[in-house]
Amino acid sequence: MNPGETLGIVGESGSGKSMTALSILNLVPEPGRISGGKILFKNRDVVTMTSGDLLEYRGGDVAMIFQDPMTSLNPVLRVGFQIEEAMRAHSRFDKRQAKARVIPLLERVRIPSPKQRARDFPFQFSGGMRQRAMIAMGLANEPSLLIADEPTTALDVTVQAQILELLKELNRELGTAIILISHNVAVISSLCTRVMVMYAGRVVESGPTRQVFDHPEHPYTWSLLRSVPRVDERRHERLISIQGMPPDLARLPTGCTFHPRCQFKVERCLREEPPLVEVAADQEARCWVLMRNVSKESQAVRT
Amino acid sequence: MKQQLEIVPSQRVGPLVSVTDVYKHFPTGGGFGRGAVVKAVDGVTFEIAAGETLGLVGESGCGKSTLGRVIMQLQPATAGSIKFEGRELTKMRGNELRQVRQRMQIIFQDPYASLNPRMAIGDIVAEPLKNFGLGNKREREKRVQQVMKVVGLNPNFTNRYPHEFSGGQRQRIGIARALVLTPSLIVADEPISALDVSIQAQIVNLLEDLQTEYKLTYLFIAHDLSVVRHVSDRVAVMYLGKIVEVANSREVYDNPLHPYTKVLLSSIPYTDPVLEARRKPILLKGEIPSPINPPKGCRFHTRCPIAQFPICGEVEPPLEKKADGHVAACHFPGKL
Repeated sequence: MNPGETLGIVGESGSGKSMTALSILNLVPEPGRISGGKILFKNRDVVTMTSGDLLEYRGGDVAMIFQDPMTSLNPVLRVGFQIEEAMRAHSRFDKRQAKARVIPLLERVRIPSPKQRARDFPFQFSGGMRQRAMIAMGLANEPSLLIADEPTTALDVTVQAQILELLKELNRELGTAIILISHNVAVISSLCTRVMVMYAGRVVESGPTRQVFDHPEHPYTWSLLRSVPRVDERRHERLISIQGMPPDLARLPTGCTFHPRCQFKVERCLREEPPLVEVAADQEARCWVLMRNVSKESQAVRT
Repeated sequence: MKQQLEIVPSQRVGPLVSVTDVYKHFPTGGGFGRGAVVKAVDGVTFEIAAGETLGLVGESGCGKSTLGRVIMQLQPATAGSIKFEGRELTKMRGNELRQVRQRMQIIFQDPYASLNPRMAIGDIVAEPLKNFGLGNKREREKRVQQVMKVVGLNPNFTNRYPHEFSGGQRQRIGIARALVLTPSLIVADEPISALDVSIQAQIVNLLEDLQTEYKLTYLFIAHDLSVVRHVSDRVAVMYLGKIVEVANSREVYDNPLHPYTKVLLSSIPYTDPVLEARRKPILLKGEIPSPINPPKGCRFHTRCPIAQFPICGEVEPPLEKKADGHVAACHFPGKL
């Protein structure tokens, strides 16, 4: 990921998108662990970082916001104090600076009358305002990366629109890179220039959002895009439903993990797992077949 | 899917459901009439024609679920009339109401919370039959297996318990339970919003198939406007206890007349990145007002981008016909 970039990670529950995000923070919950690989942040490996460095890195270089802001805010502390605390936990701002930054941060995330609101408790905030407060807290130490895990899933559409606009604005004006995790392809399309599609713990396709959504090559991406009704649909088309269920991660199918649900599989998919290979400029997919090789007629067979 | 269920389609010519000026107020605290009143549903009128799907959309707290439950008579209406198959429900009591309930069923959002974890799914699905004393044990078993097949569940799984099933399958169990009697109306309250994306499509397709097969009428309650557009013949939009617009679903999306509908539509991101880049969301100011003390005049005036004063702040706009089959409650329809 490049500085200032916006990346979307899309997948269903259990596809590993949240674990990917937690790994970036080296926060994989016990008994899980990062069993292999490297996570480089500005050329430093997060996996082997000392716990002291990790404390500065988490919340300092990389901040994360979650789906339900109520569970991430302390209910008995004033919102302003919690934002200040986020800065005090790190060494970028001294006590005075931290205090002085609270109100401008609340203003930055467009919380009305920030001075009074800083003295409120989380329960006095609406869902949308809590998420704004979380974003303010995330931005407090001027991180270069903000990870947002389903930040709008619990919110109403009009509030979702406000939060998405806010994230776009912050990315544009502060240059904060954003990883947005969502099961909603339209939300990804709204914010992210690049997208990564995950299935059963692996990336099955990635590339520029526009390209991937216009010309998905992996059958999972293809069906996912067609399984959601579109608000701009001109005539009633039956939705493509992906048969079956996501696999049990403890007992993954052989070969391509998507093959039991794939309507375009060939014999090879049952035996051999396809590698993630470049299928177009900048676009990678993990599939032996690729949608470009599937005739229009077989694509039209609705399931 | 043919042979199995003999659901009697409603032979009615008129509307299957007529809701006229229905109110549902909840007293809060205080006691002895001193407490405040939450006006969850505050004067709502609409009809559902036999065989159609009426989508009911709105944001959380707008009263859409309460309205669904009031129509089902799971909660009594505070005032107003609800007619189902031509008969007034609000005056019915005891056995009479029980009999009518065979013809109206509800599907809930959370398939984890709405199934008793200690009952085998065969018993869950058979319970409505038992409740109404229909058939003997053998007949009931047969019927349960039929219905399970219809909703795409393995009929040999009747002895299993809810925890053995995935979310999508549990929702199918909930649908089987609703279908096992012979309903003409099914109220589906956010039936897919707790499910994974790829499973949502399975349930939407199942509900559509069942409707075609058994001429069911749906009241489809959801916050997701794209799903509502997809399944509904007509759409009703609710804001703060009131219906602000009703029209056929194409019309609502192509030509929204109420500014709130327009705001809702502009808020939904498109999957297509090209269209999405062109979308200009209309962002609402402020928070949704409390249903305890809704704004005077038009309820939306405090957040409406085109409100004009004094009229919008003082005169409540009636829900009236603005075009063929298109009603809206706004002083300046189509101006946003």
